[in-house]
Amino acid sequence: MTDTAAALELRDVTKSFGSVVALRSGSLRAEAGSIHGLVGENGAGKSTLVKVVAGVHRRDGGEFLLDGDPTDFASTAESKAAGIAVIYQEPTLFPDLSVTENIFMGRQPVGRGRRIDRAAMYDEAERLFSGLGVSIDPRRPALGLSIADQQIIEIAKAISLDARVLIMDEPTAALSGVEVERLFTVARRLRDEGRALVFISHRFDEVFALCDTVTVMRDGSYIDTLSIADTDVDTLVALMVGREVGDLFPKTPATIGEPVLQVEGLSSAGVFHDVSFEVRAGEIVGLAGLVGAGRSEVARAVFGVDAYDAGRVVLGGKAVPPRSPNVAIRAGMAFIPEDRRQQGLVTEASVAHNVAAVIRGKLARAGILTRAAENRAAAPWAGRLEVKTSALDMDARTMSGGNQQKVVIAKWLATEPKLLIIDEPTRGIDVGTKAEVHRLLSELAGQGLAILMISSELPEVLGMADRVLVVCEGRITADIARDEATPENVMFAATRTHEVTA
Amino acid sequence: MIGIREKDHQVSEHTEHLDASTEQLVAPSRLSPGRRAFNTIVRSREFSILLVLILVIVAATISSSSFVFGGNGWRDLLLTPSILVLLAVGQAVVIITRNVDLSVGSVLGFTAYLTGRLFIDHPGIPIPLVVLAGLLAGAALGLVNGVLIGFGRVPALVITLGTLYIYRGVVLTWAGSNRINASDMPNSFGELGTATVLSIPVLFLVALVVLIAVGYYLQTARGGRQLYAIGSDPDAAVLYGLPVRRRIISAFVLSGALAGLTGVVFAARYGSVSSSAGTGIELQAVAAVVIGGVAIFGGSGTVWGAAIGAVLLVTINRALPTVGIPDFWQQALVGALILGSIVLDRVLANRRARRLIGARDNEATTGATA
Repeated sequence: MTDTAAALELRDVTKSFGSVVALRSGSLRAEAGSIHGLVGENGAGKSTLVKVVAGVHRRDGGEFLLDGDPTDFASTAESKAAGIAVIYQEPTLFPDLSVTENIFMGRQPVGRGRRIDRAAMYDEAERLFSGLGVSIDPRRPALGLSIADQQIIEIAKAISLDARVLIMDEPTAALSGVEVERLFTVARRLRDEGRALVFISHRFDEVFALCDTVTVMRDGSYIDTLSIADTDVDTLVALMVGREVGDLFPKTPATIGEPVLQVEGLSSAGVFHDVSFEVRAGEIVGLAGLVGAGRSEVARAVFGVDAYDAGRVVLGGKAVPPRSPNVAIRAGMAFIPEDRRQQGLVTEASVAHNVAAVIRGKLARAGILTRAAENRAAAPWAGRLEVKTSALDMDARTMSGGNQQKVVIAKWLATEPKLLIIDEPTRGIDVGTKAEVHRLLSELAGQGLAILMISSELPEVLGMADRVLVVCEGRITADIARDEATPENVMFAATRTHEVTA
Repeated sequence: MIGIREKDHQVSEHTEHLDASTEQLVAPSRLSPGRRAFNTIVRSREFSILLVLILVIVAATISSSSFVFGGNGWRDLLLTPSILVLLAVGQAVVIITRNVDLSVGSVLGFTAYLTGRLFIDHPGIPIPLVVLAGLLAGAALGLVNGVLIGFGRVPALVITLGTLYIYRGVVLTWAGSNRINASDMPNSFGELGTATVLSIPVLFLVALVVLIAVGYYLQTARGGRQLYAIGSDPDAAVLYGLPVRRRIISAFVLSGALAGLTGVVFAARYGSVSSSAGTGIELQAVAAVVIGGVAIFGGSGTVWGAAIGAVLLVTINRALPTVGIPDFWQQALVGALILGSIVLDRVLANRRARRLIGARDNEATTGATA
């Protein structure tokens, strides 16, 4: 590379959200006319870095240079005006508007009197689509487009923007082989036109096929930048994982008993297809996969929050009817959602109130629930989980993420479940408390609880699960035993680039 | 595997020839522009509301021919809804951005009283100046709403519920038990309320001009389309770098200005203004917009639909006594109409979503086999 200023350069950028540090020291250097890969596990800080560049988040510290000039974006509009286009992991389209309007929103071609020239706009959209080799009706609404087609719309938008820096955050996560090739052709063409591209992906074969250089991130920090020609998959994986997996995951072996949960042929159009698996007593089953693969959706359907089209759920030998979380709870199912602040916890209420919430019916005397009864019921659970609150009357809002998560777990344990479904158990929790949550899960399994754990953090899945189920694009693509699970085979199954034999 | 794909393509083309109504949503539509426009209009919500409106008018006319053909029948048919049409247009713009403006009734009351006071305190003041004053006063009150919502990050429902009471309180304090009577205002102004041009009421023409101007803006201007985008997905609008706050503030300014204009129209139409003028009309405006097919969560619908909804609401209220339906059922019917349109919205949206997803799943399965 030359010594001239890079199109995009970040040096030691930091960003925290409250007490959670998302980015410790993010560095990235993308040259014009080259494609730069950015790899790292989920939660390594890639997406935060992208959002700083896009103007969504404002960095707390560090340097941000565009063509060598110090830059600071206060809004996405500023970043866009500076010629930066970002394709997010999850497409951001306006479902009610036509795909053409989605591409040109805010900068539609205008004719006389600044009126939008619709004919020109549709023509331009068709030209963009045929350039991308796809056939999409420019007049159809964005609603109901597949993720792949939504990505195409995002790419068409970026191309029509004539951006000099194009960042793609896992654009291929939901694409098939043909679609990926098409995307790569476009990406190479954009590179040859002298633009700088940043490509984030979990699929190593794609990184090696497309990128010129690659930067590895881990735990919110820059690790290394390598030329693709001088490296290989093993080196990258070692740099990505790079920490002792053991310490954080105090998994004790438990006796595996009878099947508790059996899921057979569960399908929901456009979300997941033919999902079958079982979870046994004392077993922790990890549900791994990329963000958006459909893991949470499967869990929500099993618990009965979302409807499904076909298949059945059996808990402890008895069928659980669809769409009735109440029955599922009574049958012995507990569900801890990913976003505990919004879905799992009444943050304005006391710990005791939260813990007692699910079993209110049992505690009430003549329909009246007293604070004393709540405290009585909550005390043993909170004690057992070592929730650090001076009193049970403390508001859940003021607690740390780790303690909040423990309160949510306590709340569900009070129902004495047979099966615990837990979605992203340690998201937003600092490293120290993570281990505590893990120890707790391990203990619970030791006592015979069946646990279905959804996690995007590969080390967590590998460290905690007795068995790893990998979900890719709404299907279970691998069932790997603890001894055989490696970052590579889970990652490959999650991206379906290789056949996995367990 | 290419064979499978091609064959599939032929099949879909074939079905398209058989039945033009099952449009291919995946590939570009091959319908002629004229046919496409026809389909769009016939299948639109606005069209079905219009049919209901015509049905109501025909039914009322059959039971009493004076409903349309009587002395003031034709004039009243157009004149009575004009006030609500003006409010509904402003309300529709706000609802399209996923907000709501409940303060319009109070703004109307404020400018209606302002109109009377201007005529009393400044005898001989030109009418256009009064209209301008009403517009500006309404816009200013709308600006307060917009700024509070844009910067306060409080839902519009709460803010405008608050300003509904505050603005009304201002009118109450200002007017007290005073009342503006027709004799306080110049005759030429009062006559405007019932005047007609080529048998079309002037106030209806005012509403029509406003409707066309706003409708044209929403459909053809970048700013207008951004209002839809903001309502469709506010978070995506931020990521797009759209000027979300500015657009929402201007939507409330527009709604306020139109409510202000409506206040002046109200004074001209009814001749007498008390401090309670326009109380409760904000809910009628919201009802008209919902009946007219504007999604209450924003992003879709048109002011045309909202205007037809307003005319339908007013006309039903006038027609039901003519066909001899008792008072209670009149109210219940309006309620049923609102619930019916919301249910219809959901059903249609669900069906469309399922059809679009179904088309994609089929595509995906053939893609997987290929």
